[in-house]
Amino acid sequence: MPTPELTAIETYARRFKDRPAGASRARASHLKALEAEAIHIMREVAAEFERPVMLYSIGKDSTVMLHLAMKAFWPSKPPFPLLHIDSLWEFQAMGRFRDGLVETLSLDVIVWVNEEGRARKINPFTDGAALHTQVMRTDGLLQALNDGKYDAAFGGGRRDEEKSRAKERIFSFRNSAHAWDPRSQRPELWRTFNTRIRKGESIRVFPLSNWTEVDVWQYILEEQIPIVPLYLADERPVVKRDGVLIMVDDERMKLKPGEAIEMKKIRFRTLGCYPLTGAVESEAETLEDIVLEMLTVHTSERAGRLIDFDETGSMEKKKREGYF
Amino acid sequence: MIETSVRRDIMERLTRAGEGGVLRFITCGSVDDGKSTLIGRLLYDSKLLLEDQIAILERDSRRHGTASDGIDFALLLDGLEAEREQGITIDVAYRFFNTEKRKFIVADTPGHEQYTRNMATGASTADLAIILVDVRKGVLTQTRRHTYIANMMGIRHAVLAVNKMDLASYSPAHFHRIVSDYLQIAEHLGFSTITPIPISAQFGDNIFQRSQAMSWYNGPTLMEHLENVDNSTEKKIAFAFRFPVQWVNRPNLDFRGFSGSIAAGSIARDDDIVVAHSGKSAKVKRIVTAEGDLEHASAGEAITLVLDREIDIARGDMLADPQSRPEVSDQFAAEILWMTEEEMLPSRSYLMKTGGQIVPVSVTSLKHKLNVNTFDKEPGTALKLNEIGVCTLSTARPIAFDVYDDQRETGSFILIDRFSNQTVGAGMIEFSLRRASNIHTHAMDMDKTQRAELKGQKPAVLWFTGLSGAGKSTVANLVERKLVEAGRHTYSLDGDNVRHGLNRDLGFTDADRVENIRRIGEVAKLMADAGLIVTCSFISPFRSERQMVRELMEEGEFIEVFVDTPLEVCIKRDPKGLYKKAHAGEIKNFTGFDSPYEAPEAPELHLHTGELSPENAAEQVIQKLIDRGLIG
Repeated sequence: MPTPELTAIETYARRFKDRPAGASRARASHLKALEAEAIHIMREVAAEFERPVMLYSIGKDSTVMLHLAMKAFWPSKPPFPLLHIDSLWEFQAMGRFRDGLVETLSLDVIVWVNEEGRARKINPFTDGAALHTQVMRTDGLLQALNDGKYDAAFGGGRRDEEKSRAKERIFSFRNSAHAWDPRSQRPELWRTFNTRIRKGESIRVFPLSNWTEVDVWQYILEEQIPIVPLYLADERPVVKRDGVLIMVDDERMKLKPGEAIEMKKIRFRTLGCYPLTGAVESEAETLEDIVLEMLTVHTSERAGRLIDFDETGSMEKKKREGYF
Repeated sequence: MIETSVRRDIMERLTRAGEGGVLRFITCGSVDDGKSTLIGRLLYDSKLLLEDQIAILERDSRRHGTASDGIDFALLLDGLEAEREQGITIDVAYRFFNTEKRKFIVADTPGHEQYTRNMATGASTADLAIILVDVRKGVLTQTRRHTYIANMMGIRHAVLAVNKMDLASYSPAHFHRIVSDYLQIAEHLGFSTITPIPISAQFGDNIFQRSQAMSWYNGPTLMEHLENVDNSTEKKIAFAFRFPVQWVNRPNLDFRGFSGSIAAGSIARDDDIVVAHSGKSAKVKRIVTAEGDLEHASAGEAITLVLDREIDIARGDMLADPQSRPEVSDQFAAEILWMTEEEMLPSRSYLMKTGGQIVPVSVTSLKHKLNVNTFDKEPGTALKLNEIGVCTLSTARPIAFDVYDDQRETGSFILIDRFSNQTVGAGMIEFSLRRASNIHTHAMDMDKTQRAELKGQKPAVLWFTGLSGAGKSTVANLVERKLVEAGRHTYSLDGDNVRHGLNRDLGFTDADRVENIRRIGEVAKLMADAGLIVTCSFISPFRSERQMVRELMEEGEFIEVFVDTPLEVCIKRDPKGLYKKAHAGEIKNFTGFDSPYEAPEAPELHLHTGELSPENAAEQVIQKLIDRGLIG
């Protein structure tokens, strides 16, 4: 059954199928520069690595990255598969969006689940955010990278997200255990990226390094890139838990004493496992609304991610262990 | 909900935002000049400091802060935990903020002495440098160094930000004295603008807000200047067309395009282009993007070109304006900044990457070093970490390039260590030493194959490596005797016949050892060219040099024989009494003793002489030659 969501994706995909008509070149010049830089990075990877892969998390940054890949290689398809590390606890709307998008664009996608974690029924409610993320995301990612013998993996990370990312290279070297060592990163000069590695080593590549959250939204708006509808405000069932609004996405969410499901007009600034992703109350129903909200409401997006709350150095610790 | 009029206003501003494109700049200053405070202030005042970041900031200020009261802006910037505790920044961090006019990318580069490489990294992409000076300290050695590096890396706009004016009673006299000191060092360098601004990063004077306390200052505020200075895109566009091919786009038999980013100049449909290396030319038939074909594109744009005829083009080729072509040469002079602990030694071989071209390169000579503090030229034999030198280089194949001063992107390169794969150096090309295109290898009437055939054999280079006393010469001599007995034509090179003549000017420092092996390699190559089977017995302790010799030879011609004898056995044998002398301190830099031996990782033949008689070892070498079809 064609949903509005699917119709939007199909309209989008047609752009890359037909011979495109003369495009509007009215884009803000800083976005043009960022777009060209990302395309340059992607082509460099396609040319120099044997087995690249693009991590696709279904979120807005990933989807922008995929859009850039569609542009970078056009009229060819991106010469690498997408890889989604499925934690089994993502919002249902995310799975639908992923399937619709990759099918309509006829892309290869590998959906990887940490089977050991599935067998042990690891879940964020009883095992906690940290263990769940470690097993289903970090371990799952490492398994998938080893399994595919990928020598380069694109990620949608941006330097403005968190302090330790400000120093991240665009081409970030990982040893054969996928570990990141802040002391052994290679200096990056001009646009000349050192892509040489030995067998078993790999590079994580971040084409959106120099984008900010506002840039991403402004680009989505100008390019009319489809995104998961959860980014836009709607009436949704939520529970307030530990001061955070959690959406009740399926029957696996059990209410604690004193909790009640309320319908609230909410949206998400970042998407991941639904029990670990806080919603914000919002009236932003369109992309334009979101950009306006971004410019007037000041709360950085990672604040919605429960995993980052424990310590300010926590992202750096996770990076050393191989988390993106 | 936001009111419609406000909404329209914001959306309009947003569309206009970024019209000025992106300006990349670096901030440099000494440890306490207030560099991080300045960037923190820029982020804070540009209103992009988000609320929860401010909350974390306030919490961290209580924990690590050095400012006695109020917000410590510097804490916004230091990223890694360890650094935060040491209180110094040790890497390059990138920060972003937007104003209504422009997007800014700030590289925060450290002022600490040994981190020249980080500053150069940040400067390599920057349009402008803010050189911070503490008004109380004036122009320091570091100020000179930062200015020198900014200039060397091709930054054309310098801002002299005289900071902490609040601590000098906002006095114009102090400011003017520093400006005049600074102009003395910076005026004759290559900057097209030098803009002095008196500021207080802590209190925001002349950053976004014009300072009330310094009404005597009539120049622009820092932000006014940053928003209006040109970001060098125009200079790039004005240059001749340069298009390094990144990726050949071939979705099906009907489409063959060349994808890449325009490094300089511009291109329109029907323009002529030339392939720099081959000199072949064609016309541009289409300028393809995913949004449709363009009539015209210029520097910075990522496009795909379709040409009107089939010519041979691959990644690494450069398409260029036929009227104004890049240099194509295999020898040139460049400034090199060394970025790793292991010294750069002349004649050692590295990999060079520029555009999509990756070629083996060796530094043929280090002409002089550059002192970044005094700007003086100094003699030297090697480059250490953070040192800069003017070198001549020789690549295995010609490369296409421009001079760095004309065009950063096509005039720059990085050097990569062949074994660790680390980026070890950054280079800026000064000039070509010759036009390789004018030189043609003299075609000889007799070639190597014919010479070897006359002798009824195929040429080979047997390279015996191992510790002193390992038995290299013993095995090599036996091998040669067996070959001669079988009617083969051979020659043998070893320390005895080389050190006394060809290489008698060389000692045993690392640099001399590298040169020693390079010369031997060249001689062995000539011998092989004469059709001989050459045995070479040298300790040759460094992997890079053995690799360099290997690459001189044709595929399959070089056979590395690792004569692997444990050090204790060599010391016991000590046929020339050298270990005894090394032990007594009479010889320095003795391999295995006070100089390293890097064992081969994948030799063609690995002889464990502990378990093998010299006779058997020699048999194995002969067998290897037979297996490889080099002798019948």
